[in-house]
Amino acid sequence: MLLRIMKNNFLFSIGIIVCILWIVIAIVAPLITPYSYLGQDLASRFQAPSSAHWFGTDSIGRDVFSRVLIGSRISLIAGLATITLASFIGMIYGGIAGYIGGLTDEIMMRVSEMVMAFPGIILAMTIAAALGPSLYNTLLAMVIIWWPNYARVMRSMVIANKENEYVEAAKSLGASHFRIFFHEIMPNSLGPVLVLATLDFGNAILLFSGLSFLGLGSPPPTPEWGAMVADGVLNFNYWWIGAFPGLAILTMAVGTNFIGDSLRDFLDPRLRKEL
Amino acid sequence: MGLLKYIARRLLFLAFLVIGVSMVVFFISHSVPSDPVLANLSQRNIDNQEMVDAFKTKWGLDKPLPTQYFIYVGNLVKGDLGTSIRTQRPVMDDLKKYFPATIELAIFSIIIAIFFGMLFGIISAIKRNSATDQIIRGISVVGVSVPSFWLGLMFLLLFYVKLGIAPGPGRISPYMMPPVAVTNFYVIDALWAGHWSLAWDAMQHLFLPGLVLGSFTMGLITRTTRSSLLEVMSMDFIRTARAKGLTEKMIIMRHALGNALIPVVTVIGIGFGNLLGGMVLVETIFAWPGIGQYAYKAAGNLDFPAIIGVSILISINYVAINLFVDILYGILDPRVRYK
Repeated sequence: MLLRIMKNNFLFSIGIIVCILWIVIAIVAPLITPYSYLGQDLASRFQAPSSAHWFGTDSIGRDVFSRVLIGSRISLIAGLATITLASFIGMIYGGIAGYIGGLTDEIMMRVSEMVMAFPGIILAMTIAAALGPSLYNTLLAMVIIWWPNYARVMRSMVIANKENEYVEAAKSLGASHFRIFFHEIMPNSLGPVLVLATLDFGNAILLFSGLSFLGLGSPPPTPEWGAMVADGVLNFNYWWIGAFPGLAILTMAVGTNFIGDSLRDFLDPRLRKEL
Repeated sequence: MGLLKYIARRLLFLAFLVIGVSMVVFFISHSVPSDPVLANLSQRNIDNQEMVDAFKTKWGLDKPLPTQYFIYVGNLVKGDLGTSIRTQRPVMDDLKKYFPATIELAIFSIIIAIFFGMLFGIISAIKRNSATDQIIRGISVVGVSVPSFWLGLMFLLLFYVKLGIAPGPGRISPYMMPPVAVTNFYVIDALWAGHWSLAWDAMQHLFLPGLVLGSFTMGLITRTTRSSLLEVMSMDFIRTARAKGLTEKMIIMRHALGNALIPVVTVIGIGFGNLLGGMVLVETIFAWPGIGQYAYKAAGNLDFPAIIGVSILISINYVAINLFVDILYGILDPRVRYK
């Protein structure tokens, strides 16, 4: 099935290939890096890309190529963790709002709209700065600003599904609210939220690297791509220090978005025949 | 009547939002283990108990949290956002100073994004599934995937450092004097004063950051224009137009485009909201003295009054733009009924 789709859709194929490549790189990174990602060598600092250092070296002589490879692990995990946690919270929150309905629903949804209207990056910056820059605090900040999207989608699905006959049937059999919610309604409402989560993966990586660029990720010397681009800004005369980590962010985001874009077209019945 | 009621409801939400936003930042920022006293007094002064006490009294930090919040909201209603801890100036004055720079850049980049986004989207839809279509779709995905801070760095390195065809960071060249402040939009102020070379200089400085900032919105608009136009082109009235023997150009310009633009308007609203958020990164790279940099410095210094001020300002803009888009939507599409 996957191969058949790939044959007909060029961009989708590129997306799949790029993503698989990055996942493989992330897994085997420590085995294939030519140098240690922490190894300093002040004698060979600021070296332009060459056969010895493919992506050059940074201000304290670390190999940029090795750091970019190792950095893929952090980006992938950050994206995955944010999306998973945020969609989980959003599903529960939106599900409860939609299931209970009435005033509870109204209040819960206004609260989520408020978080959405809030300038996300500023809220994330505030949280991360207040808690102190670390990977966990940055991820926490991202989850806090990210869940409302999922809550809204989940809520609308639950509202549509709770009128179904199988819910009526479960009710008449005397099922508890807990059982109806988790066993009848939730499994039937998950689809769109999961799709949205997949589409969002690239955005999560972008936001994470942006916050990391602003100095809100792990403290140095962790090879986070965003922080490495910031290092490139500080060492403005040596283009390779910032160029390659940024290219890594770009390819990872492009890969997931190529998949997401094709997926969106595929799921939209009006445009389906394209895929 | 429906429309007025709708606007009234949205405005009510806006008031709710302002209170909510201020409350969220207020309580987050005050319930975290980090200490604003430590963040704002130097290490030497932190041992000086007198200094610490004076600082706490000045900012009401010695009162219970709810009291602090009510003091804050009371002032907020009067239009007083408090004093920035970092700059030691009223937050309102700071916002007035930095916001026009941000808006000038945002408007410039949204114009770029709309122009290229719609152009690419239309071409892509007309040449559907051709190589051109694939290339444009590729560009639009790259547009929404490129990290703005990196693109900004690369543009500066290439066009400013290497090729020397673009000006460096900032709003105007270092040897120029800013125009007399009327609107604080440098281009308009310079034109107003009849200072042509300054206006041109300011325009040139807008170009790179505008392009970088607009790349995401451009990708979004391209994608929406394409799929919306494709959808409209499959409708019956287009078939009728074809049957009448109209040329393809006429069909697209006269019949399809107008209908296809309705969803695009919504995306432009979302995009504009995104721009204001994305400002933080782009302004940092281009040393643009706007609200984004101000927010970044405020967050780093745990300058709560400034953080709340910026957040409220941006949220209000976000809601206002969406309200404007919703109204426009209704005008463009008479089928829409406001609920």
